[in-house]
Amino acid sequence: MQVNIRYFALMREQAGRSEETVETTARTPADLYAELMDRYGFTLGPEQLKVAVNSEFADWSRKLAAGDAVVFLPPVAGG
Amino acid sequence: MRFRFTHVPIDTADARRALLDLGAGGYATFEGWVRDHNEGREVTRLEYEAFEELAVAEGDRIVAEALERFPIKHALCIHRIGELGLGDMAVWVAVSSAHRGEAFDACRFIIDEVKHRVPIWKKEHYRNGDSGWVNCERCATAPRHVHTHA
Repeated sequence: MQVNIRYFALMREQAGRSEETVETTARTPADLYAELMDRYGFTLGPEQLKVAVNSEFADWSRKLAAGDAVVFLPPVAGG
Repeated sequence: MRFRFTHVPIDTADARRALLDLGAGGYATFEGWVRDHNEGREVTRLEYEAFEELAVAEGDRIVAEALERFPIKHALCIHRIGELGLGDMAVWVAVSSAHRGEAFDACRFIIDEVKHRVPIWKKEHYRNGDSGWVNCERCATAPRHVHTHA
């Protein structure tokens, strides 16, 4: 199945891209992040991130569907 | 819209018109400015980046919560993104209410929640040429350091 991923801030720099579509067997955002950590060597672990699916905050154990838009959110620093 | 982004300097004179209310006797604002230092390092400029769709939704929720929690008339928050220099205004919060107490309280509530919940990221550039994402680099530095010397 294919999912769309967008990267921001530190994640964007470490992935070397701001978005991509990936073919994955991951069933959840947690599985997907484990795959991406292997690929890009992200320095932040999942316990330091939040995840959004289709532009809303989501659980790491949510079941992913084809075409979902996934964002892994590093620690925020607005203001 | 109760929370929005701008890529250009925040026009507070224009924005404050949304807070005007003949039933309001108090108006409190908070401005966040780009400071020349952070955690002992000399900062020369900042970059702000946001996941705008989710950030606007979450920012709107925060202001809506303030309107429910405090007896205020109006509230608005504007956050700038892009490249900012020292002294530039990064964020503006404004609240109008019948009395001053709840205006101050709601203003404080909004900026505190925005800093913790809204997906906005800040990259600091330092005098010595280094740069780093605030709240991300310290946890990130350790593993990368290990890699470098492996």
